[in-house]
Formats: sequence, structure tokens, C-alpha cells
Amino acid sequence: MAIPKVCGIETEYGILVRGHLHDATSNPVTASSLLINAYLAAHRRVGWDFEDEHPGSDARGFSVDDLLAPEIDTHLVNAVLTNGARYYVDHAHPEISTPECLTAREALVFDRAAEEIVWASMQAAARMLPDGAEILCHKNNSDGKGNSYGCHENYLVAREVPFGRIVHQITPHFVTRQVVIGAGKVGCELPGMTSTDVPYQISQRADFFEEEVGLETTLKRPIVNTRDEPHCDANKYRRLHVIVGDANMSETATLVKLGATSIVLAMIEDDMFGDDLALANPVAAIRHVSHDPSLQRTVLLRSGRRATALELQWEILERAQKYERSHGLAAVGDEVGRQVLGLWESILTGLEHDPDSVAHQVDWVAKRRIVQAYAERHGVGVGDARLKALDLQYHDLRRDKCLARRVGLDVLTTDEEVRDAMVNPPTTTRAYFRGRCLAKWPGEIVAANWDSMVFDIGRDPLRRVPMMEPLRGTAESVARLIDESDTPAELLARLGA
Amino acid sequence: MPERTQKQKPTPSRTEETVEVAPAVAGTGDKLKADLDDLLDEIDDVLETNAEDFVKSYVQKGGQ
Repeated sequence: MAIPKVCGIETEYGILVRGHLHDATSNPVTASSLLINAYLAAHRRVGWDFEDEHPGSDARGFSVDDLLAPEIDTHLVNAVLTNGARYYVDHAHPEISTPECLTAREALVFDRAAEEIVWASMQAAARMLPDGAEILCHKNNSDGKGNSYGCHENYLVAREVPFGRIVHQITPHFVTRQVVIGAGKVGCELPGMTSTDVPYQISQRADFFEEEVGLETTLKRPIVNTRDEPHCDANKYRRLHVIVGDANMSETATLVKLGATSIVLAMIEDDMFGDDLALANPVAAIRHVSHDPSLQRTVLLRSGRRATALELQWEILERAQKYERSHGLAAVGDEVGRQVLGLWESILTGLEHDPDSVAHQVDWVAKRRIVQAYAERHGVGVGDARLKALDLQYHDLRRDKCLARRVGLDVLTTDEEVRDAMVNPPTTTRAYFRGRCLAKWPGEIVAANWDSMVFDIGRDPLRRVPMMEPLRGTAESVARLIDESDTPAELLARLGA
Repeated sequence: MPERTQKQKPTPSRTEETVEVAPAVAGTGDKLKADLDDLLDEIDDVLETNAEDFVKSYVQKGGQ
């Protein structure tokens, strides 16, 4: 049987500095560091108030120069948060990796929490910047000028499943799922093509994929990424690192993206998917599909058949429904799995009959609706900067500017659970152990990583606790131990470490 | 194997949904239009005032 589809999302946010600042600050690497440090300073102030030796030092008293201390120029910020997430600077972008989650719905909540953390960071940074200066962040994947940055998904897969099977069978889903979860884009960034050729397309990312399979993530991006860095027991597990998705503003899209892909992977693991949907040319197909919001174009399968992306999504969904009946959905969580299948089906039904009827669920449809209506109202033609501004602002994380917040997207999370997920880890994976220990003993943890933590218990040597099993260290197994231990030394003794 | 060759059109359950959805959309068409007008008014208020400069300045370093 398929193993639990532990999953997570890592998002690189677009970052823009506005207003007059020290030259160095307008460098996106420095600005990203400033943003994250501003959040950490504000956050730490709350948690460590009692022991602070300088109670007079308020975050608002920091100057930009303080934040641009030499170590920030030379060391990229890399923090682990008490919710088990990682918040860091990657390739000149602020990035948050959610903690490991047991279900797609949990990962949705932590992805939403990550957005709120970035928004809180923008507000914290604003208090430190000169008047009129601000740092803006966007949850998107492209600047419209040929530069792209990722929103990656990670899924736990059994090592024993032949990687070739995963590559062949998951590719048709990766090429066609964009009709459900694409975030939409005004214009085209494929070399040699312009917004005249493609005024609007389904995906932010499709223009940037050049290979079917490979190791790269920044150049010649592959549809299936082969990075083999499991961050857990490599003899038992693989972490499928998926770089082909868009960052979603729609909560429904995030949930279905993670949930449907988890189900397809479970089917592949149980060898219940089949090879017959293999595409003749996946790279050409992913662009072909993205460039056709009418959803009418067909792609060629290796079998010689032609089918639209929507038809292929129907076939994949039908296989998933059949799998639910034969195997159940325990690997992805029964309740979440059924919710995902229901949403997936209703979105496909809507896309088939009247795409605008799913404008409350599908990002590319919601965005297209306002772009078209705006163009009509103002008599704006293809290529006008205002249409691209609408596109960018759809993803703007400033509450007062974000268009995605205004278009009536369904909200599947509660404010309370998102606020909780900003500081507390999921209870269902090893992230619980990481987050709780960091919250309780911040001073005694020397290093925290996905698969280990290093404690300083006041005497040599430093103690490393390996965490090679993603589902060990849950609340069920360690909450009481952590609650009842006064010191890390006591905790480690009780763990038998 | 056999099920692979049977790939076909939408199943009856999908057709049923069409029937249900169509009148609902027609009934709320005017409301949707009004909602969209309100939304466009709001977008006119919050859209960056100098869209051209904003779009031009929006340059990112490539990432992953």
C-alpha cells in the first residue's frame, strides 16, 4: 500500500524595494535579509522578553544600518521558525518552506500562514525603513520579463518505487493539471513570442520549462525534477521535489494541487495508474496547454491519440475515483482525499461548461475575468501596462492592494487556524518535535535542520538528535515528554538519546 | 487493460450537473454583472496609479 503522502510547499516570493534607500538595500538579496530579520526581531522580542538584557531596544528603534551589519551582507539569513518552517533568502528572494504536513489541507493552512508571515515581515520592515520607503512582496512566479522563481511542492514517496515509473506516469498530470491550478499570466515570456501572440495564458511557469526530466531548477528547468535529497531515511524514502507548479492565491487551488498530486502519487506507488497517458512531447505540450485559455487545443499522446488537457484531467480524476473505491484514500487522509476529489470534479465540470463559473476557485479564471472586464471598461488593448499591473497586483501581499483578496475566492481556512500555524507546528509529523523544542528551548538549540536537531545541554559534547522518520516526533508521541521536561538534558535523557 | 480503451465522454452524472447549473447562472446573471461592476470600481481605486512605471520597475532576479 502507498505510504502516507507527507507533503509541504516552498515558495519564493517576488520582492521589490520602493522609495529612496541606501543603495545596498535596493539589492534584492539585502532587502530579503532585511525583511526576514525584521520579522525575526519583532517575533523574538515577544518570545524572549523576560531574558532580554536590553529591554530598551525596541524593534522600532533599529535603523537600517543596524540591519545592514556586515554579517548580514556575508551570511544569508536562514531561520527555523517555531511552526517548524524554514524562512530564508534563496536566489535573491525571501522563501518560506512550510513544515512537513500529513495532509494537503494541513499544508494549505501552513502555506497561508507563510503568506501571513511575509505580510507581517513587510509591516515589521516598514517600521525600520525611512519614510516613503517600503518592501513589497508578491506571491507569484514571474516578473513578466523572462525571470522566474519557484513554488515547489514536496511529497514523500517510497524508495522502492522505480523512479522511471514516477517520471513516466506523473508527467501527463504535471502537464495538464495547470487547467485546474494555473495562476494565470498576462502575456508570454517564451523567447520570440509576445503578448500579441499570447495575450493571456493559464500558467505563470509553463514558459520556463525546457526539459522533460533533469536536475536543474534555475536553468533548463525540467517538468520532473530529479533532485534526490530526501531529508530523511534514504533507504526507505524519496522526496519528490516538484518545481512545475504555480504559486496560488486561491486556497482551493493550493488544496487541489497538493491533494490531487498526492493521490496520483499514491496510485503510482500502488502501480494503479498506467503508462497509457504518456505524452509524445511533454515540453511542447505544457506550453501549448498554457497558451490556450479556450481549453480547446489537443496534445498528442505517445499512443497516437489526441486529447485536450481537460479530457486528460477527466481521465486522471476517473482513475483517482476508481482508486478510492478499490484502495481507499488512507495515504492522503480519507476525509481530505474525498474533499479533494469533490473539488477536482466540480472544477472540471465548471471548466467544461462555463469557465467563469469557477472564478471563485481557479486563479487563472479569476484573474482573466478582471483583466477582460477592465480592458473592456477602459478600452485597453493587448500589451497595455495596466493589464500587466492587474496581473502583478493580483499577487500583491499588501492587504490594501491585493486583487486576489477582492475577487471572491473561496476561503477554506479559518483566521484562527492560520494564526495558530504562524507560531505552532503541525501535530502530525516530526515538525512537531522541531517546532516545540525551538519554542521551549531557543537558547539551547545550536542547529535545526529537516532531519536533525543539535542541542547544547551545557556540557560537552553537543547532542545531535537525528529525525530520519518524518512521522516520528508527533504530538502523540512526544508532547507529554516535552511538556514534562524542564531542560533539553532531561528531554534527551527521557528520549533515551 | 480493458478500461483504458473505454475512455469516453462525460459520464451521466456530469450531464446532470449541467442541467442544474445552467438556470442558476442565468438567474444570477444580472447580479454577477453588478458585482463585477462594483469590483471594477474597487480595482480602479486600488490599482497602482502609475501602472506603466510600476510594471517597468518590477524586475526580479531569476530564482529556482
